[in-house]
Amino acid sequence: MPKLQRDRVVEYITSGKRFDGRDLNEFRDIVVEKAISKNAESAISLKLGNTHVYAGVKMAVTTPYPDSPAEGTFMTTAELHPMASSKFDIGRPGIEAIELARVIDRGIRESGFIDFGKLCIKEGEKVWQVFVDIIAINDDGNLFDAAGLAALIALGQARLPVYNEETGKIEHEFTENPLPLNKEALSFNTTFHKIGNQVIIDPSVEEQAFSDYRLSVAIGEGNKKCRITAMQKGKEGAINTEDMEKILNLVEEVYTKKYAEVKSLVFD
Amino acid sequence: MADKSLYTKRIDGRKMDEVRPITAKVGVVPSADGSAMFKTGGTRAIAVVRGPRVLHPQNKRNPQKGILRVSYGMMPFSVWDRIRPGPSRRSEEISKVSEWALDAVVDLDAFPNTVVDVFIQIPQADAGTRVAGLNAASMALAHAGIPMKEMISAMAVGKADKTIIVDVDKDEEDFHDGEGATDIPMAVTSRTKEIALLQLDGKISTEELKTAIEMGKKACDDVLAVQMKALKEGSAGVDNE
Amino acid sequence: MEKEKRTLVIPGETIVSGNSYLPGDGTYRDGEDVVAAKYGISEVSDKQVRVIPVSGAYFPRRGNTVIGTVIDVTFNGWLIDFGGSANAFLSLNEVHRYVNRNELNDFLDIGDSAVVKVWDVKAKGIDVSMKMRGFGKIEGGMLFKVNPNKVPRVIGREGSMVRLIRGATGVNLTVGQNGVVWVKADSIEKELNAKKIIDFVVANATMSGLTEKTEDFIKELGLKVEEKAEIIEENTDTEEVKEEKK
Repeated sequence: MPKLQRDRVVEYITSGKRFDGRDLNEFRDIVVEKAISKNAESAISLKLGNTHVYAGVKMAVTTPYPDSPAEGTFMTTAELHPMASSKFDIGRPGIEAIELARVIDRGIRESGFIDFGKLCIKEGEKVWQVFVDIIAINDDGNLFDAAGLAALIALGQARLPVYNEETGKIEHEFTENPLPLNKEALSFNTTFHKIGNQVIIDPSVEEQAFSDYRLSVAIGEGNKKCRITAMQKGKEGAINTEDMEKILNLVEEVYTKKYAEVKSLVFD
Repeated sequence: MADKSLYTKRIDGRKMDEVRPITAKVGVVPSADGSAMFKTGGTRAIAVVRGPRVLHPQNKRNPQKGILRVSYGMMPFSVWDRIRPGPSRRSEEISKVSEWALDAVVDLDAFPNTVVDVFIQIPQADAGTRVAGLNAASMALAHAGIPMKEMISAMAVGKADKTIIVDVDKDEEDFHDGEGATDIPMAVTSRTKEIALLQLDGKISTEELKTAIEMGKKACDDVLAVQMKALKEGSAGVDNE
Repeated sequence: MEKEKRTLVIPGETIVSGNSYLPGDGTYRDGEDVVAAKYGISEVSDKQVRVIPVSGAYFPRRGNTVIGTVIDVTFNGWLIDFGGSANAFLSLNEVHRYVNRNELNDFLDIGDSAVVKVWDVKAKGIDVSMKMRGFGKIEGGMLFKVNPNKVPRVIGREGSMVRLIRGATGVNLTVGQNGVVWVKADSIEKELNAKKIIDFVVANATMSGLTEKTEDFIKELGLKVEEKAEIIEENTDTEEVKEEKK
């Protein structure tokens, strides 16, 4: 990455402005397309500016884990496919994809969004297994938040397949029933990036390259207030006290401005 | 006199030589050098081209011309039974035959030591995924400005019991009565009308195969018309419905 | 000079038929036909047939001006990434002043950007030079990328579009044939305005009356329409501009 570009980006952001005219705490436009695959419990396409991801939910019936015999299971995968950027390689998922999948998984799991108890079919024997698979199609920055939101929408839009209890087979048909979700537990990922002396939201691919650190925060609601259910700091820079306070204030702001919109994207 | 076939009417009502409705569009992934989407009925394919670009590691480079590298994959939620992410033996094979088909028309003599990567992904599958992928890949390569002698157009022809059909869908692939289903994916070059991809599984006589290939070539012409229109309209996209 | 209608062609399509036609760039001969070997706009003039690409990666040509960033320093030069299919090599013999072998990094370090001229394109790689006036390391300003196939429009006939952008925004501006553009002004706003105008030109590159449309756009931005000649270091790569017809 060119040094002179870094200087310019940092200079501009330090003065409170961004190349695309956005405010420092502004998200790009979100465009969602549903029903990408008729063979899936749900599959959606999400664009955050020019960053583009697909996410889909598939389900299966399996035996539960021994330590939670009455709970369904949940797994998130993410593929940073080389089609999305010349930076991504063919082959097994690299650490970037692994981290992204695990961070998104934690945010969803720890929030209690999925009611795992209601995913039990027969205690100790049969439970539902929920898979969320995310694929990056175009990387123009902030895949973390785009992927996280896509995963949530896919879960919100999913419909359970028809399950024949006698034969133990899943029919090739869907019910009208949504996944058992605790709607109030919805928690969405927002990643904050430190550039120069500012903290910004939703970086473009160029801004992202020049950030010192990133902090992903899963933002939800509890007792009618903003509630955090997961966090992850990435990259080498370190967060000072002033920044931590700045970020927490921004978390409140994002909650106030965006929570209702996210809820409607996920459930409508 | 030939025996009457058990498959007299197609499940979705199409004529025997009729392809499913096709939608095609280029430029669907802005950061790529070339990209395209190709949809045939319920099967959707996206192809992205990156290159010519530097090839690592060095020992894979060809000092006389560039290398075409095709990678085909299905998204986990594209089919009823979830596919585990990552390459499979099936996807590796399809990648290779697709690469051979496209190699027949691209000309990378001007780019020694480089690689042109073609990524094909299937978000939704209803049979004919490899031919949809090839159709998208051919458009994406053209869109990327890669030198090509001609285009590739692909279609799966087949047979259900004794009836030869064009553009086999999933229901027809699963047809079990009588002689069952025969699936013949094929790809044809646009100008010289040569066969660049040909696979078959099932049971078919040589006479029937000749007919199938003729019908397949005609169907590939239908595909070519849509590909041409999509390229000529740039990123506006086109339907043949 | 007869000129046939320009059309968008796809590989394998016959552009014209007849043995008197000569297959040029992006075409090949198949019997009587001259056939497109690339996706782009076909142009027939003076019996010469060629296809001008509208999309896809940049293919370097001798004499091109390109803008790139240093990704490696070797014992006798620098490797420059300009977004192409191969990295370019700048030998320490191809810079305008003497550089000691021990101070290569001081002159140009990894991450520094430069405007260079392509002087040789070989199978092994591309050699570039910055010996001439108007080429060299660039400091300050900002870089952005446009579709390299639209660069002739951004430069304009004999550099007219570049002069228009300069007059409207007051920026210094260099357009690389590889689609990398460098703008520099005394304020970031001016640089971003220049970018807006260039993005407009690229988006409307295939339209007729582009100059008038661009002038209208400049007025909409609240800027003035006037051409401003170049003062300091830059290069409009006049061979390429003369070759390009509107």
